[in-house]
Order: sequence, then structure tokens, then C-alpha cells
Amino acid sequence: MIALEHITKQFGGVVAINDLNFHVKKGEIFGLIGPNGAGKTTAFNIISGNYTPTSGRVLFKQQDITNKKPNEIVKLGIARTFQNIRLFDSMSVLDNVLVGFDSRFKYNLFEAILRLRRFFTQEEMFTKQARYLLEILKLDTHQFDNAKSLSYGNQRKVEIARALATNPQLLLLDEPAAGMNITESEELADILHFIRRKFNLTIILIEHDMKFVQKVCDRVLVLDYGKVIFEGSPQDMLQDEEVIRAYLGDFVK
Amino acid sequence: MILQQFFNAISLGSMYALIAIGYTMVYGVLRLINFAHGDIMMVGAFFAFIFFSLSSNFFLAVLLAIVAASVVGALTYKVAYKPLLDKNAPKISLLITAIGVSFFLENLFNMIFGGTPQAFNYPPFFDQTIEISHAIITYSSIVTIVITIFVLCIVLWFLNRTKYGMAIKAIAFDIDTVKLMGINVDFLIVLVFVIGSMLASLGGIFYAISYPSIDPLMGVLVGLKAFAAAVLGGIGSVLGAAIGGFILGFSEVFIVAFFPDLAGYKDAIAFVFLIFILLFRPTGIMGIDFEKQRF
Amino acid sequence: MSKYFIRLALISAAVMILLYISMQYLDSYTVMILENLGIFIILAVSYNLINGVTGQFSLEPNGFVAIGAYVTALLLLDKNAKLDQFMLSDPSDFILAIHSSFVPALLISGIVASLVAFMLAFAVFRVRGDYLAIVTLGFGFIIRIFAVNQSEYTNGSMGLSGISNEANLMWIGVFVLISITVVLNIVYSKFGRAMKAIRDDEDAAEAIGVDVFKIKTYAFMTSAFFEGVGGGLMASLLTTISPEQFSFMLTFELLIIIVLGGLGSISGSILGTIIVIAGMEWLRFLDEPNFFSDTAHPGLRMVVFSVILILIMLFARKGILGNKELWDIVKVKK
Ligand SMILES: Nc1ncnc2c1ncn2[C@@H]1O[C@H](COP(=O)(O)OP(=O)(O)OP(=O)(O)O)[C@@H](O)[C@H]1O
Ligand SMILES: [Mg+2]
Repeated sequence: MIALEHITKQFGGVVAINDLNFHVKKGEIFGLIGPNGAGKTTAFNIISGNYTPTSGRVLFKQQDITNKKPNEIVKLGIARTFQNIRLFDSMSVLDNVLVGFDSRFKYNLFEAILRLRRFFTQEEMFTKQARYLLEILKLDTHQFDNAKSLSYGNQRKVEIARALATNPQLLLLDEPAAGMNITESEELADILHFIRRKFNLTIILIEHDMKFVQKVCDRVLVLDYGKVIFEGSPQDMLQDEEVIRAYLGDFVK
Repeated sequence: MILQQFFNAISLGSMYALIAIGYTMVYGVLRLINFAHGDIMMVGAFFAFIFFSLSSNFFLAVLLAIVAASVVGALTYKVAYKPLLDKNAPKISLLITAIGVSFFLENLFNMIFGGTPQAFNYPPFFDQTIEISHAIITYSSIVTIVITIFVLCIVLWFLNRTKYGMAIKAIAFDIDTVKLMGINVDFLIVLVFVIGSMLASLGGIFYAISYPSIDPLMGVLVGLKAFAAAVLGGIGSVLGAAIGGFILGFSEVFIVAFFPDLAGYKDAIAFVFLIFILLFRPTGIMGIDFEKQRF
Repeated sequence: MSKYFIRLALISAAVMILLYISMQYLDSYTVMILENLGIFIILAVSYNLINGVTGQFSLEPNGFVAIGAYVTALLLLDKNAKLDQFMLSDPSDFILAIHSSFVPALLISGIVASLVAFMLAFAVFRVRGDYLAIVTLGFGFIIRIFAVNQSEYTNGSMGLSGISNEANLMWIGVFVLISITVVLNIVYSKFGRAMKAIRDDEDAAEAIGVDVFKIKTYAFMTSAFFEGVGGGLMASLLTTISPEQFSFMLTFELLIIIVLGGLGSISGSILGTIIVIAGMEWLRFLDEPNFFSDTAHPGLRMVVFSVILILIMLFARKGILGNKELWDIVKVKK
């Protein structure tokens, strides 16, 4: 589905990612793990086209997408959420999700200005779909609330709904369970399994909560200082010495 | 003839360079186009005008004017921009405020001194000329060039070799980290406004000597051109702003010299530069990319 | 769907009837103020689309209003009038050849303005940063330089006069309705949502597939279109125009209007226009000799206005309505 080949990213002198290689199969839920500053978010930014890598390339369904712009990559079927929640603050939850549908709306500016029939039919159709997504994420009661008035956990779910609205095949979730309590994160784990099945998704997620990772991920990859130190099942990861050292080292610091 | 134009070009370029540096430095630390910066140049020229009429010592008047203008510059930051930065206001609020400050200064001086240009008096020394291989060069343009280059060297030395200068550059790169390091960012920003205003008022005084008249709106067009020069050089880069200023000065002088028909469009040249640089090399000559840190 | 059109028809009819009555019964000074108000509403509402709704700080109105005014003037003046008026140089053949009636002239004005906007947008929106503001500010000067220098097209600094006065209160009312309807229809569509998304968080908007360049360009071109139309109306209302008329002052007034009403609020812009236009009239006394001094103070009014703008920014950044609409607020209270 997606493959990163020899990806390196430098910021000035800082090597955020060093020769990263991995691929994710269709339908997998793949975990990207690692201590703070390991380069996980940077990897997402490279896949989503927000950063261009210093070297290496990204293949999505065999197609080279390394130098594409973010909005082109979304159209190809990759959607993301942000670690530091980035909802549209002035808008309602429903409108936030509707922005996600933007590229799927099929009316042009003149149809909107003249309020032609297609405007009304399309608006109705996608509003219905947006409501359905909110229902899946158990947010339907909040649809008219202002996005930033929601709890932290719910805001993360709005981000997921907004990403789903773009009709992705690959979903990138940056710390989706951060700021959620145990019931919320368990509910989220179920939701992720559900949407994977429902929408035929492949998911890559970054997460620090190991319980959550154990529960949802099929396979994980551990990064430390931009390098891969482990790749395999989440169960084996906890036994791996280097992984433990990386995290303990983080602790001692 | 060419030599003559050459001197005109450097002295015009010097003025643009002096003003462009303030734009570029403020943009560096605050990512703000300080629309009021061109007006600080006007304020400097007016202060020189006032002080010279009071003291009759031109050198002293100029020094006082530069100090006064930099106080005004620092005040615009303290009174208008800083409260917004403290409140984490969106960028557009800052820009609107900058326009407000600019309009305020223009109209305040317009109200006090009237809109018609005032003759700018200066010692006859500046009108003396020397002749270098048939080119007649005024002392004023020599003074402009020499002082500009001297000041430019000082500013570059300050930014690259002193503790404060390097801290200012660090803010331009990553303000949050600098704050965490316990450095007094606010003081440094004030310093940036003071330096920028000093240079701009110096530019304004040179401008006033060479025209020789001043009016409350004199800073608008020159400010706009200097900003274009800063973008041309690569906004954020002080050396770039200076280079951009000189390029603009040369272009204006030589385009008009070679194509006298275009004289009426002289003021449009900077704008054409601005559009072209945005189209083809938005990071300017020095190629500083400010948009790295977004995620 | 039909509900929407019925409501639109009812509101339009009501406004037009009201304007018709005003024209019959009000004195000409009041009608003149209303006409002025109407044009400023058109300008403010469209200016707000790029500045407030899309969040791209722009200083364009005076430039596009000038374009619109000149295009309309040159289309309305007939051949003989042009030959009579052009003093500095003879009018070019192109200028002599063009002629049209009132409404087409306005539409052409709008189209020309938005084409120019497209060209500027192409340079400005492909890069990040606030270049739009400075480019549009510069553009206002450039337009003036061209108006002064291209005398075979514009009659230079002499300006144009004798433009036929067809812009009465009814026509202005029609264009006020059109501009508000168009802008609202954009705001309440996927385009408006994308514009607000760009305002709130450009990177996030781009990351979920919004074509940021396209949306900003649409907003800018729409603004320019109505500023061109507004300029045309102004030319026909005043019957004379000159390059000096379209100074930055015009943009500054509009900026205060939209900031006061609330950036991003269309109804706020209408409210802001009414307050500022009324305030401008009322504050005229400031420029006159007063208690403190017996000489006139041309410019004191402008000082006061700039202080007001700065104070709004410092203490009431959201203006009267924030980015909400009047009807949002009424709904909440229900
Ligand atoms: N835009 C940037 N400019 C400079 N350095 C950056 C930038 N983005 C990331 N870095 C650096 O790259 C390294 C990796 O950062 P990244 O955000 O990818 O880490 P992460 O694994 O997501 O960490 P966390 O768990 O804290 O989210 C860090 O050292 C960070 O400081
Ligand atoms: Mg991260």
C-alpha cells in the first residue's frame, strides 16, 4: 500500500529521520512508536507532502508521491490528523467535517452563486454523509457545537471524521488517543477497527500509550533518533532490549 | 555622464537600503510587515527639520532627530504591536494595526505641518561639488554613500559578532526556543525597532537633503519601494535588504537614463520587481525560507 | 430550495419598494447620502470576503475601484465627448471605439477588475506570507501612476467628466442586493467553508485537500469584481473622476468599516458601513475651527479615525459582530 524508501530528513544540522525504510500492507493497522523527538511526526509530514525529504522516496500504491503537494496527496487517498489538534476554530463540528468533503463536492462557483439545483442536491447529500461519519464517531449530538468548545478527546475524533470525509484509503493518525481517558481510548480502539472494516482502510498511527498500541496495531515500528530500532508485532516489541533501552534512556533523561 | 548616474544610483540605493533594513529586521523577528516603517523615515526627516530650525547645529539636529525617531519607532512597538502579541492575536490584527499606526503618523504630521511640502534647510556644505572626470558630484551624495556603507558595516558586525545581535538572529529563527532560554526577547525586539528606526530616519534625512523638501506622505512610496527591495534581497536578510536597495536604486536611475520615456513610470519599477521576485524566486536573492516551521 | 428563492424574492422586493419610496419622498441630500451608503455597502461586503472571510489581509479596494470607475467612464462617454475632453494627448483609437450602455459597462468594469485581480493573485498566492497586503498597496499606486501617465487612455491627471448620471438610488439598490446575495451564496457553500478553513488554519485546510491557491483566488476575484462594479457606480454617480480620487484613504475607510463591523461578518460590514458613513459626516466638525483653536484642522478627523482603528484592534479586536452574522446571534437567543 505505502512504502518509504531510504527516507532521510534534515533540519539544518538536525537529522530528524535517518534512512527510514518500511512498508505497510493494505488493511493493516501499523503503529509508529518511539520516544519524544524520534521523528515520527516528521515521517507523517513527509508522507502527507507537508515536508519534502532530504533524500529518499515515498511510494503509494506503486506511485511515487514524494514531491506532490498536500492537497494532491489527499486526492490520491491519504488523509491525516494532527498531533496538536488543528480544527477550524470558528466553525461548527459539522462544518469542519464538511470541509473534509471539499474536493468531493461537484458544483462550481457559478452553481453556488446562482444556487442551481446541483448545489442543493450536493449539499444535502454530503451533509447526510457528514452526519453519518459523526454518528460513527459518536459525535452526532455535538454537530452544531463550535469545534473548539469540545473536550480534547472529542476534538481528536472530529479530526478523524474530517480526515475520513476525504474518502481516504490510507489514514495517518498522530497520537489519536492522547488526552483521552481509559473508556474513551477503548471506545476509540473499537471505532478504529470498525472504520477499517467499513471503509477498507489502511491505518498508520503514532501513539505513546502502549496499551492502546497492543490493542489496535497489527504491526509496529520503533524509531529512536530517526533510526529504526525494531519492527514486528506489538507483543515482541515489549520484550525487545533495544526498545526498552530507548525508552528507559528517555526516562533517565 | 555614466559616472554621474552611477553616483546618483548609489546614493539613491543607499536610502532604499537604509530603510529596507528596518523592514527586513522587523519581519525577521515578528513576521510582520511594519507598514509604519516608511513613516518613521518621514518622522526622522521632520524631526531634523524641527531641531535644525531650533538649534542651527545641523549635526546635533540630525543626532537628536535620529534618537527621537527611534523613540517613536520603539513606542509603536510598545503601544501598538506588543499588546497584540501578548494576547496572541491573529496576524491580521497586527497588520491592520500597522496600517493604523502608519495612517496615524501621516495624518498627525499632516495636521501639524499641513500637507504641502516644506523646504528642508541644510548647511550649504552639502551643495558643494567635486568634479571627477567630468562628473559633478555633490557632497551630499558622497556623505550619503560613505555614511551608509559605514552604518551597514556596523549593523552587520553587530548582528553577526555581538551577543545581542546573535540573539536577534536566533529570534528570527525560532522565537519560542529563545524565550525558553531565558533571554529577554522583548528587549531585543525593542532593539530591533530602535535600530530599524535609526537607519530609516537617517535615510529620511538623506532623502530630504537631496530633494530638498519634506511632506507627511513622503514615507509612503519610499517605504513601499524599500519593502520591495527587502523582498528582492530576501526578506529576513539584512545584507539582502541592502543589496536589494542598491539594485533598486541602480534600476531606477539607469532605466530612466536610458529610456527617458519611462520617467513617469519610475515609481512602478519597484512594484514590477516585487511581482517578478514573487513569481520566480519568492525567497529573494539571499534565499531565506521562513516557512520551514509550520508543524 | 424553493423556500430559498421565495425568501430572496420577498426581501428584494421589500428593499426595492422601500428605496422607491425614499426616492420619492426624501430630499436630495438624504438621497445622496443613501446612494453613497449603498456604494460603500457593496465595497465593504466584497472587501470583507477576502479580508475577513478568507483572512487574507489585502489593501486593494482603491485600485480596483479606480479600474471600475475608469472603465465605466470610458464606456459611457461617447466619441465626441472623448474628443472634446482629452487635452493632454488625443484619445487612442481603442478608447474612441469603445462604448456601451450603463449595465453592461458596470459588468465589464467588474470583469476587468477581477481579471487584474487574477493576475495579481497568481503572483501573490503561490507564496506564503503577507505579500498580498503590500502588493495590493503598491498596486493602488501603480494604477494611479498609469492613470496619470497613460493620457491617451485616461486623459491623465485631468480626469474625465460629463459621465452620464445613470446611477440612481434604485440601480445602486439593485447592485447592493446582487452583491450581498452573491457574497452570502459563496459564504454559505463549500467555497465559503473552505475560505473560513483557510482563515482558521491554512496548513490544516491544505492537509485535508483544500486547494488553497484556487480558493484564495476566487475570493480575491469576487472582491475585485464588486469593487469594479462599485467604482463604476461611483463614476456614474459623481459624473467626474480623476486619479487623485482613488487614494489609499478610500481603502482605509473600508478597512475601518469591516473591522468595526467584525471581520468575516457580512451583516457586520453593512452595520459598519452605516456607522462609519454616519460618523464621517458627524465628525466633520473636528476639521473645523473649534474651541481650542480658531484655525481649521484638516486631518484631525483622520487622526481620530486611525486612533479608533488602533483602539478597536487593541481592545475590541472582534468588532461588533465578530465573525458571526446577525441572524446567528438572533437564533441563539431564541
Ligand atoms: N520544522 C522543524 N524544524 C526544525 N526541526 C524540526 C522540525 N520538525 C521537527 N524537528 C526536529 O526533528 C526531530 C523529530 O521531531 P518529530 O516531531 O518528528 O518527533 P516525534 O517523534 O513526533 O516526537 P513527539 O513524540 O514529541 O511528537 C526533533 O528533534 C525536532 O526538534
Ligand atoms: Mg510527534
